[in-house]
Amino acid sequence: MSGPSTATAPAEARPIRLRTTTGGRRRPRPPTRDSGWWALLFLLPAAAGLVIFEIWPTFQTIYFSFTSWGAFGGHVWSGLENYRTLIADSDIVHAIVNTAIISVISLLAVPLSAIVAALLSLPGMRGVTVYRTLYFLPVVTLPAAVALTWKYLFNGDYGLINWLLSKIGVNGPHWLSDPATAIFAISIVGVWGSIGYNMVIFLSGIRGIPTDYYEAAELDGAGRLAQFFHITVPLLTPSIFFVTVITVINSLQAFDLIYLMVGQQSPAIERTETLVYLFYQRGFAEHDGGYAAAIGVLLLLATLILTAAQFRLQRRWVHYG
Amino acid sequence: MKTVRRIRRRLLSLLLVAPLIAVAACSGSSGAGGDDKQVTLTYAIWDQAQAAAMKQIITEFHAKHPNIDVQVQVTPWESYWTKLQTSVTAGTGPDVFWMTMVYAKYYATGGGTAPLDDQIKKSKLDMSAYVPAVTKAYTVNGKVYGVPKDVNGFGLCYNKKLFDAAKVKYPDESWTWSDVIAAAQKLTNPKQGVYGFVAPEADELSWYLTVPQVGGQVISPDGKSSGYDQSATIQGIQFWTDMITKYHVSPTLQQTTDTDPLAMLTSGKVAMRYCGSWEPEEIAAVPYGKANIGIAPLPAGPGGNRNYYSNGLANSMSAKTKHPDQAWEFLQFLGSDRAAEIQAKTGTVIPAYQGHADAYAKAMPEFDLQVFVDHLKYAQPFPASTDTAAWRDAATKQFADAWTGKSPVADVSRHVAETMNAALAKEQR
Repeated sequence: MSGPSTATAPAEARPIRLRTTTGGRRRPRPPTRDSGWWALLFLLPAAAGLVIFEIWPTFQTIYFSFTSWGAFGGHVWSGLENYRTLIADSDIVHAIVNTAIISVISLLAVPLSAIVAALLSLPGMRGVTVYRTLYFLPVVTLPAAVALTWKYLFNGDYGLINWLLSKIGVNGPHWLSDPATAIFAISIVGVWGSIGYNMVIFLSGIRGIPTDYYEAAELDGAGRLAQFFHITVPLLTPSIFFVTVITVINSLQAFDLIYLMVGQQSPAIERTETLVYLFYQRGFAEHDGGYAAAIGVLLLLATLILTAAQFRLQRRWVHYG
Repeated sequence: MKTVRRIRRRLLSLLLVAPLIAVAACSGSSGAGGDDKQVTLTYAIWDQAQAAAMKQIITEFHAKHPNIDVQVQVTPWESYWTKLQTSVTAGTGPDVFWMTMVYAKYYATGGGTAPLDDQIKKSKLDMSAYVPAVTKAYTVNGKVYGVPKDVNGFGLCYNKKLFDAAKVKYPDESWTWSDVIAAAQKLTNPKQGVYGFVAPEADELSWYLTVPQVGGQVISPDGKSSGYDQSATIQGIQFWTDMITKYHVSPTLQQTTDTDPLAMLTSGKVAMRYCGSWEPEEIAAVPYGKANIGIAPLPAGPGGNRNYYSNGLANSMSAKTKHPDQAWEFLQFLGSDRAAEIQAKTGTVIPAYQGHADAYAKAMPEFDLQVFVDHLKYAQPFPASTDTAAWRDAATKQFADAWTGKSPVADVSRHVAETMNAALAKEQR
């Protein structure tokens, strides 16, 4: 920080220039042979973080899934025992079904956010910044605050949603504690919360589409809807693909909303608990760290398979360039 | 330009000076401490309602031990235990923390809490000052793992306004289950959305109070087998489910999950609720509750039996604390006559330190707190094994089917017994 003022040049001599590199003195140089080292050096902080916080724990988890844990640290090798328990555990079946339902519903967020983004990119749209901010708010809001607010909205007796329904003569259910509705209520909040993030990606994707296409289409007499389906959607497929992959991965890890909005005491927990919720319950509430690690490995495998499948299938529908 | 640069330079010098001040401040405080170095202890608790009393205790403790600072860490019950276990395992946990009978054995045998016998002997702490049942629950394999803090009594909270409106006589010590049912039926008024009673599915506040009244048991006295398959136990649980599925005088499980039953009581939506001795403060915090709620003795079982499962807390020391001597000083103060007095006077809990029950009973003149104190003599040891959480959570999860009326109580209860016996067998391996 103290560089500019203590430099050999007199203090008055353009101390700010040194930072703003727009001047002609620093021109980007063509890559040289040793620039690979520089690249490595700059990658190092990110790579170190990835190894320490992501890759190493992954292998640790795989190792722990073959161990049995003591109450306060210490573990012993137990071979395949955790996996034998896993196969026999009926809760795992519920959890897989619930996770699958949540994932399928979460995918609704993809077309919804694409539509929102397309609407916000319409020329002459007023108050775009306001809408963009509003849609993005859930992304930057604390999950606990989101959960608490929705919990009040969903309250069966005093919630705003059921109050509104009662105005049109509908007797709303206890959304979060009714086993039949809880998973849908949770998923809707998930969809609502992810639209903002997806929207940003779609907005930048749409901005990358050359306007000539739209002008040409307009000359040919294509309406807004036709333009959306025949220009925006096909050229947005790389973004759609990315968002879909992220959405599936995120929904496989659904936990916080279930923990905060449903909870262990609820009669609806069996119909809402996901693999990650079960992982938390077994690992942290029931102190079975080894078994929780086995659930983690199962989830890792599921994520890998689903993501690999999506990368395979993308060749059929994603257009690059 | 010049002013900008001047400001920048000033900011820079500030940045450079700040660490110097910090260093000076540190050396200053350690210098003033003399031989006893300044130590900060962390004290983990879960009840926000008791935080004020705890802070007052700490202030008085700090006045006597200026070289020991104590920081209170309040974590809600839902995440208290997961956080505590993880942090104790990692060695970053609190030095002193609240312990419940549910986890006492688990922490003691697993090496989470430190045995205190040597310190008790050295500082001649009189353990007979505490309610014996509480001390006993924290004595594992002959060693003491906690200084008793409080003990729970129960009573029947009722809404005087609703009783008056329905012209029902207030509950008294003669009441048994049938009186509760009869009154609840008269008080239930579907048109106004008022229920006569609330039957939450919360062991400690529901069937742990009625199962012992009919001679049932949750766990065998030797702690090796489940009592959930006994017909008396099933009868004690049925009392609660009948209120919802047979008499329709209580909100459903879905309603009590959506809205806190205590809030239902203090907003006039239910006329009766079984209450714990730590709850009057929360009731008084709501003006409607303070004005209209009365407290009567807990109704007895059909045969007049008043036994109940009583929990009581203790203050325990982490086995991994870096300051065992200072932590012991603090534990001793937490277990002292003075700390008990502070707690009793706020009306938050009945101290386990005997002789302060009167101060508790008089703490809130608007309520008859003596009811809770009188209940204490029927206390039975709280159902616990080494890994209580392993079967207790499963029981709560499974009993939901009985509360919603999906399956008969007897079937669910037998199934719970099977799960629990399997967990207990695993524990003994």
